[in-house]
Amino acid sequence: MTPGAKRSLILGGILSLVFVAAAAISFVWTPHDHAALAIAQKLKPPGTPGYWLGTDHFGRDLVSMIMVGARTSIAVALVAVGIGMGLGVPLGLAAAAARGGWLDEIIMRGNDLIFAFPSLVIAILITAVFGPGAVNAIIAIGIFNIPVFARVARGAALSLWAREFILSARVAGKSTARISAEHILPNILNLLIVQGTIQFSLGILAEAGLSYVGLGAQPPTPSWGRMLADAQTMVSFAPHLALIPGIAIILTVLGLNLLGDGLRDALDPRLRRAR
Amino acid sequence: MARYALKRLISLIVSLAIASVVIFLVIEVAPGDPASFMLGINAQPETLAALRGELGLDQPKLARYLSWVGGLVQGDFGTSYTYRTPVAQMIADRLWISLPLAIYALILSTAIAFPVGIYAAARRGRIGDVTVMGATQLGVAIPNFWFAMILVLIFAINLRWFSAGGFPGWENGLWPGLKALTLPAIALALPQAAILARVMRSSLLDRLGEDFMRTARAKGLTQRQALYRHALRNALIPVLTIIGLQFSFLIAGAIIIEQVFFLPGLGRLVFQAISQRDLIVVESVVMLLVFAVIVVNFVVDLAYAAVDPRLRSRT
Repeated sequence: MTPGAKRSLILGGILSLVFVAAAAISFVWTPHDHAALAIAQKLKPPGTPGYWLGTDHFGRDLVSMIMVGARTSIAVALVAVGIGMGLGVPLGLAAAAARGGWLDEIIMRGNDLIFAFPSLVIAILITAVFGPGAVNAIIAIGIFNIPVFARVARGAALSLWAREFILSARVAGKSTARISAEHILPNILNLLIVQGTIQFSLGILAEAGLSYVGLGAQPPTPSWGRMLADAQTMVSFAPHLALIPGIAIILTVLGLNLLGDGLRDALDPRLRRAR
Repeated sequence: MARYALKRLISLIVSLAIASVVIFLVIEVAPGDPASFMLGINAQPETLAALRGELGLDQPKLARYLSWVGGLVQGDFGTSYTYRTPVAQMIADRLWISLPLAIYALILSTAIAFPVGIYAAARRGRIGDVTVMGATQLGVAIPNFWFAMILVLIFAINLRWFSAGGFPGWENGLWPGLKALTLPAIALALPQAAILARVMRSSLLDRLGEDFMRTARAKGLTQRQALYRHALRNALIPVLTIIGLQFSFLIAGAIIIEQVFFLPGLGRLVFQAISQRDLIVVESVVMLLVFAVIVVNFVVDLAYAAVDPRLRSRT
């Protein structure tokens, strides 16, 4: 592994871990109740004792809100990745197993079709019709993860089907489905994990965008996107309300992207040999 | 080439047909009846029935789908449930903001990404490359609507170079209009430029290893000359693909950015229509955006088939 890859792996890992930990800890402890209104404490700047990141216009503690908001972002993005993997990977494996057949053709053309849609516009349509909320945001983001994973799984599986160990499994009489599950899947897991971190970071950005326009998680569930929407009218006199959730989003996404890059370099033996 | 174009055209039409069915069905299962929403909860059943008839809501689904698509083809997008004005007119008014914004952003992002990507590729592994790539890594992670808020904070509130939002209208001259779109366009363009610069760099680096580059060096060109004269042109194909795809992100991104700057574009239209359950407007705007994206990608596909003969035979 190159020093650069190692650096991004470590930095990305730390950043991602910090936010996952913040989200996990928020279940049992936050510095203050994230929803408690304390008008007397409103709009405290960052650095105020007891309120390290300041408070908002209702006197709510920003550290607590960011921690609970991390929970929303991570939950939405994670489930959306789960949907994409859960449906996309089997489709991709089936397409690869049927390579060139009609099933392959149908699956891949369906993929192209979903790819052609502007994802955010469709997410807006879905949440507009079925009502805003975290669950609909998850579905809207998740649908567009399906073709991504299907394509990655198919591409990687195709090259494996030509390999000798797969041939021997076929000679041994194993069914296509069994070969896909027992031999192909474990061998493409690396790629899927790397793609998973990338989609995870895109999901966090998408969730932030949807909740910013009011189509994501609804009050009282805190989310980074909605914190930004609330901050917008106060940006001239309380810029920390806009800066802090934004920095939280950027650091999380940056962390996941670095982690993905690092993992790709670390897990891909071809890159290792090329250096 | 003609065969390839025909094949792509057929798949374009199929995509549009499926897209229209999906959008129609999604709107169809939407809870709530537009007629009762328009008349409020105290409406008489007879008035309700009359309005449903007038809006065509009492027709069977298939008939309504066909009349919707038939109308779209002729440029008739139906009549808004809330404003009782033709949707086509509402869209046309808003398009004069959203489309220039998306194009402005696309130009900016290309203008930034090309030099940056080329610079990084030319200095691969050196400090300039590392710095630029670090910056793009950050650029990819920045949500554009947040960046837009920060731009407003710096350039509108503190420096007062631009207004914080709103649109003066094109009738007051080109310059005030462009000025009002500048911050939104920068906010949209910069994260996209970060992606594009990365693609430009890696595509160029891929080309640097090819035989024609060695030939170019062998005939006496410096590394830099070879890069500009030979590698650059060949590196443009993947870059063009990304530019085509980015158009779809810019259109969707514009919808959100318009919210930040209070621009009366398509985004505002959609969100207003959503809150008023004016679903025919939502339906038509979404279909229009999907149409734009699919057609742009079709044009990009044809463009490189025209440039690169190898692509024609592949599909």
